[in-house]
Formats: sequence, structure tokens, C-alpha cells
Amino acid sequence: MRSPVPLSTLKPGEKSNVVHLDVKGLLRRRILDLGIVPGTILTCIGKAPAGDPIAYLVRDTVIALRSEDASLIYISQS
Amino acid sequence: MSTLNPMNPLLKIYFDTESIRLSSGTPIADRVVTDIFNYTEQLAKQVVFREDPLQVSWKDKIDKIVISRVFGYPLMLLLLGAVFWLTIAGANVPSKMLASVLFAFQDLLTHWFQLVQAPAWLHGVLVLGMYRTLAWVTAVMLPPMAIFFPLFTLLEDLGYLPRVAFNLDNMFKKANACGKQCLTMCMGFGCNAAGIVSTRIIDSPRERLVAILTNNFVPCNGRFPTLIAISSIFMTSTLAFSQSLLAAGMITLLVLLGVAITFAVSWALSKTILRGEPSSLVLELPPYRRPKVGAVFYRSIIDRTVFVLRRAIVIAAPAGALTWILANVYIGDVSVIAYIAGVLDPLAKAIGLDGFILMAFILGLPANEIVVPILLMSYLATGQLTEFESLFELKKVLLANGWTWLTAFNTMLFALLHWPCATTLLSMFKETGSKKWTFMGFIIPTALAFTVCFIIAQVAYLLGLA
Amino acid sequence: MKIKIGDRSNALKDHGRIMREHFGIRTTGEQYVIALAGNPNVGKSTVFNALTGLHQHTGNWPGKTVDNAQGTYSYRNKSFLLIDLPGTYSLLAHSVEEEIARDFICFGQPDATIVVLDATSLERNLNLALQVMEISSNVIICVNLIDEARKKKLSINFNELQKELGVPVVPTAARNGEGLQELQDAVYTMAVEKKKAWPKQVPYSEEVEQAICALLPKIEELDLARVVNPKWLALRLLDSDVSFIETISRYAATQKQKTVELQHQWGELTL
Repeated sequence: MRSPVPLSTLKPGEKSNVVHLDVKGLLRRRILDLGIVPGTILTCIGKAPAGDPIAYLVRDTVIALRSEDASLIYISQS
Repeated sequence: MSTLNPMNPLLKIYFDTESIRLSSGTPIADRVVTDIFNYTEQLAKQVVFREDPLQVSWKDKIDKIVISRVFGYPLMLLLLGAVFWLTIAGANVPSKMLASVLFAFQDLLTHWFQLVQAPAWLHGVLVLGMYRTLAWVTAVMLPPMAIFFPLFTLLEDLGYLPRVAFNLDNMFKKANACGKQCLTMCMGFGCNAAGIVSTRIIDSPRERLVAILTNNFVPCNGRFPTLIAISSIFMTSTLAFSQSLLAAGMITLLVLLGVAITFAVSWALSKTILRGEPSSLVLELPPYRRPKVGAVFYRSIIDRTVFVLRRAIVIAAPAGALTWILANVYIGDVSVIAYIAGVLDPLAKAIGLDGFILMAFILGLPANEIVVPILLMSYLATGQLTEFESLFELKKVLLANGWTWLTAFNTMLFALLHWPCATTLLSMFKETGSKKWTFMGFIIPTALAFTVCFIIAQVAYLLGLA
Repeated sequence: MKIKIGDRSNALKDHGRIMREHFGIRTTGEQYVIALAGNPNVGKSTVFNALTGLHQHTGNWPGKTVDNAQGTYSYRNKSFLLIDLPGTYSLLAHSVEEEIARDFICFGQPDATIVVLDATSLERNLNLALQVMEISSNVIICVNLIDEARKKKLSINFNELQKELGVPVVPTAARNGEGLQELQDAVYTMAVEKKKAWPKQVPYSEEVEQAICALLPKIEELDLARVVNPKWLALRLLDSDVSFIETISRYAATQKQKTVELQHQWGELTL
């Protein structure tokens, strides 16, 4: 299996599943509570005009994350 | 009892089980959450039936435009301008109507006072001072508020505001602040005190403080009359329609300035007294939902009416009475008001204002909406508000009292930047629990207002422009 | 000299009252306390407004409900005090507002807790519901926004969901008033008639179950275990941070303290 890549590399329209989280502290808790756990499928919806933050579809809801935080979430290469 | 033990038994078990919690590759806490979601996923598959699995709703297409590179920012600007224009244009006729009703009642009051042969000073304080100011504030404040708040609520209910936070987050990140500060700023448009309370949605205490200290740079509804009145100086149009457009344009520009200042001050605070790393943003973008327009307007109008009336009675009325007294009590051959204005005049002129304006701002500490009434009452030597059908006619009075473009410009700037009203300061104290930070919340805007106005005024004088 | 014989059930009722006063909640007479919980943005405030008639603003803005609003309504001649808790994604979160919600659900002992879910995103919303169900069995699941679900062509088998979860499930579209009577019915049945529910327990993985087993013996030695569900305590020891563990100890200590005080007050006599 190819090694996981950061979520921030996912382009609008693409989807993948979460392998592991390198996020720490309060952010980790928040992300887990929103349903972003290992195995979850994420779809990149789009980016803000400035390129950041990025919106993701998670379990029928849309959550926006900054790219530096998204880069700490590892997904499998499609 | 067990409360006397240095380490209570539960905590002891907690620390003892550190090893279990961190045993495998992923912390066991993650495993617990993952298990719950695995179950909910399975349960949802069991009970939810999707007729159209790949449905892309038209609402998703809206989002493509709202957050797009090309349309995102212009759309926000347009909506902002539109909200202001609707507020100003829509409030015009109701204001006139309210004014004529309330002022007609004043004539009735005067009649009654005459009937009982009440002394002139009593009539002055109660009717010309108290009632008149109350009537003026209500007529001028209630219609715009009754339009602005519902419009804003509709945008909220629609789900648009999180998109604004989404679009602007990058700029906030550069200022080391939280993207949600955008939402607290939006709240501040309605009322700065409410904006302060809304900062609770920001988790990080440092970023919450930044949001609290800068909330004042967004003008609240109470300051709209001041801004509209003065921007009328720049207006030459006689058509009511374009008057409103110009006023809305003026206010939008001022608001943008306020937003820019918010960014600048947030950035400065993050580099100096509120240093720290930016926290993360996790923002949910809820689906667009059609708001219940009728219910929103109904509820808002009732809320706003109660709010405005209460403030008018509690703050504007006494302020009006006080101002009338100050304007009609004489020290020598100068009224107290003129005297105070005279004392303040040198300082005021240095920043491009005049003594009466500065005094009105100072006396307007309890509530921003009384600044204009106080100013007008002081200018009119009789200390009484004469008939105004709309804010646009104040122009005559202002010009008659020596207003130049500099006065108008700097007064607007001062109105935008100066100290928060008493209610806001109180909210600040309640939210921060600290006298120190409340004082900062007072001194930062004040210092900024004086500095900016001073620089502009001095440059203008130097260049012979005013 | 008369000796007062303590009435156990009264002592417990007073106890509940005292716990609620910790949260600034005052009930008048025979009033049932109902907590209203849910994720942000599920129309919780709409449900609240619809039931209590209080005119409060409902915003489609995550994290807006920051105050604990309280309102009352009557149903079948009984009075209910509804507490609108701040929206939370989970009971384990850290912001002050979320702590309030969590503490009240865990320790405020409401007569019933309504967890409001968004019908269009059940998967995510059920997380909170299951966590609440681990603490209390007096839970009612309110699946709101079913009108939105219809627009998205989603159909939900509520009977199946209720069977699976073991607690009452009430579909509503609070905006239109749909399902509100059924909700009030369910609340009445649970709070007044005290009809029991049997909430489904989350099937945890092997790893977690083993960890729980390892902890249970130590937990059951504690006084605490008589007051708080031991399995729930084990789970919290596994996934919470220190401050929550401290909070649990604090409340449990208070609870125990009050029970002792009440016992003295009522002068319990064992016959």
C-alpha cells in the first residue's frame, strides 16, 4: 500500500479515506468529534477565494479547515 | 471524608491507567470515538434510504459562486451595500411618519402644560428636553433598526454568514486572529454590546480578547444616524432615491474602513500585548435553508421596538432633560453647554472638530444614538430640537454652525473610531472579568480616534485645505 | 418529642433540586426539568421556541446559542421547564459553553433529556445521542428537519431506529410545527409517567472492551461507583482529560455530601 498523503493535497471534487491523524491537542478532539476518524471518507468541496480554508464533505456535513491543519490529517492515495 | 485526601481515588486510577490509554499505536481515546462512529455509520445505512445517491442540489451550485475566486468578494460587498441601502431608504418614510405623530403629541403636551399653568422651566425640562429627545430618537432609530435587524437575521437564518467567515478567514489568519471574529464583527453591526457577547464562539481566550477589543470599530445601529446625518453634507442630490444610495455608499465605505482598521489593530495586538499563535479554525458550513421571512420580521420588529423604546426612555430621555438644563442654565451670559464647549474647543479644533461636537460625543457615552440630538440641541441656542423631517435636513443647521468638509469628515471618523458606549463597556467587563482589559477596550479606540483625526486635521490645516 | 422519620423519596427529590440549583435552575412546585441538547445547527432553538413560545432568535450559525435559555410549557396540566443547552458536537469537548451542556446532562439530573438530531446528517448527529444514552436512560431522540430530509429525497425508517436505539424516537419539523405534539407526549410519558427506556449501548471494539474490563475492578472499589455508572466511568477514564475527571470527582463528592446532609436533616431512622 502506498504511503498516506496529507488531506491538503486533495483537490476539489476528489475523495479519499482517512488513514491516521497527526493533529494534536484541542484540534484533535474537535476533528474526532466531527466524525473525522480513521476510515472516514472525505470529499473536497472547494477552496475559499484566497485558496484557504478548504471545505470538506464529512458524513453529510460540510466542515472547513485551514490547509495547515488539513495537512496533519493523512489520507490514502486514490 | 474523602474530600480531605490529597489525591482523590478516581484521579489516582486515572494516572495509573496512563499506560492503558496510550498502549497501542493510536490512543485509545480515538478508538472509543471511532467505535461510536462505526456504529452510527452502520445504523444510518440501516435506517436511511437515499432515493438519489448522487444528487447535487442547486444549493451546492450556489456555494460554488459564493466562495468562488471571481464572485466571492464582490458578492459580499454587494450584499453589505444592499443591506445598508434597504435600511436607509426603507426607514425614510416610517421615520417621517413616526416623527409627525410623536411631535404632534408634543404639541398636545405643551397645551396641557399651558392649561395647568406649569412654569416654563418645567415645560422645558420635561417636554422640550426629555420628551422631545425621546421622540426624536425613537423616530430616527426605530425604523432603521426594525429593518436592519430582520435583514441581518435573514442572512443568518439563510446560512450565509458562515460563508463570509470562510471567505475572510485567510485575512484574519494573517492578523493572527480567528476567522470567527468575522461573525462577531457582523453581530457588532447591530449592537456592539451584542457583538462582545457573541465572542464566546471563539474558543481561544487570546483571540477572544482580540475580537472584544476590536469590536468597536464596526459601527453599530446607534451610530448610523450620526453617520447618515453627516454624510448628508456631501449630498447634492434632491432625489430621495439617490440620496439614499449615496448615504448607503458612504456608510459602506466607512464600514469597510472600520473592517480594515479591525484587521490592522488585530494584527498590532497580536504582535504586542496579545502575542500568541493563531489557533485552528474548524467551521461548519450548514446547508442553505429558506428562512421564514414573515416570522423573522414579526419577531424582529417586536424585539427592536421594545429595545429602542426602552433605551429611549432610560437613556435618551434623561440625557435630553440634562442637555436642556445645561443649555438653559447660564453662567454669566453663556449657557453651561456653550461654556463647556468653549473649554473643549481648542482640543476639538486640533482634531478637526469643534467644542460642541466633542462635548456631544462625551455626553453620548451612555448611548451612541443621543450624540446627534445633543449636538443639535446645543447648536440651536434655544436648546431645543426644531422640526426635522429627516436626517437629510440637518445639513442646514450644521452648515450654519461653521461645518466644513474637514469637520464632516473628521466627525465621521471620530464616530467610527471613538470609545465604546457604556453598555458595551459593561459587556466587556462582564465577558473579560477584568478592569484592565475593559480599560484597554476604552483607551485603544479613543487613542486611535484622537490620533487619526489629529493627523488629518493638521495636514489639512498645513496644506491650507481647511 | 416527635422524631421525624425520613422519607427516602423526598430526600432524593430535594437532592435533585439542589443539584439543579448548582446550574442556576429554579423549579416552581411540581415542575419537570427537561434538558434540550443537540449538535449546533440542528434547529434546537426552533424546537425550543415552538414548545415554549418564547420569542428567541434562531440563527443558522454554528455556535450561536451561547446562553442557557429556559422556558416553560404546560401539557396535560403538568408544567415543564425546558433548558436549551448550548449546541455541542460531543460531551467530551472543551469550550466553556460545551462544558456547561456536558455538566448539566451528566450531573443536573433532568427528568428527561431530548437530543435533537438533524435528519439530513444522522450519522454525525447520532454520536452525541449515543453519548447521552450512556449516561442516562431518560433520553428522547428528536429527529428534526424532516422537511429538509424530504426535499433531499431521504426517507428514514423511524420505527426501525427506535427499535434499534431502545429509546423513544420522534420525527419533527419544528419550523412547521410537525411532530411537536408527539414530542410533548413522549416527554410526558417519560417524565411524568416515568416509563422506562432501555437505551442501546454502543458495541465497542475488542481493544476498548478489554481496557474497560481491566479498569472495572478498581472502579468498583470506589464510593463513586454507587453514584455514577461504572462502565461509563471506565470509558471516561480512557478518553477524557484530567479536568473532566476532576469535575466528575467534584460533583460526585458534592452529591455524596448532600446526601449525608439530607440524611441528617430528615433524621433517617431505620426501623
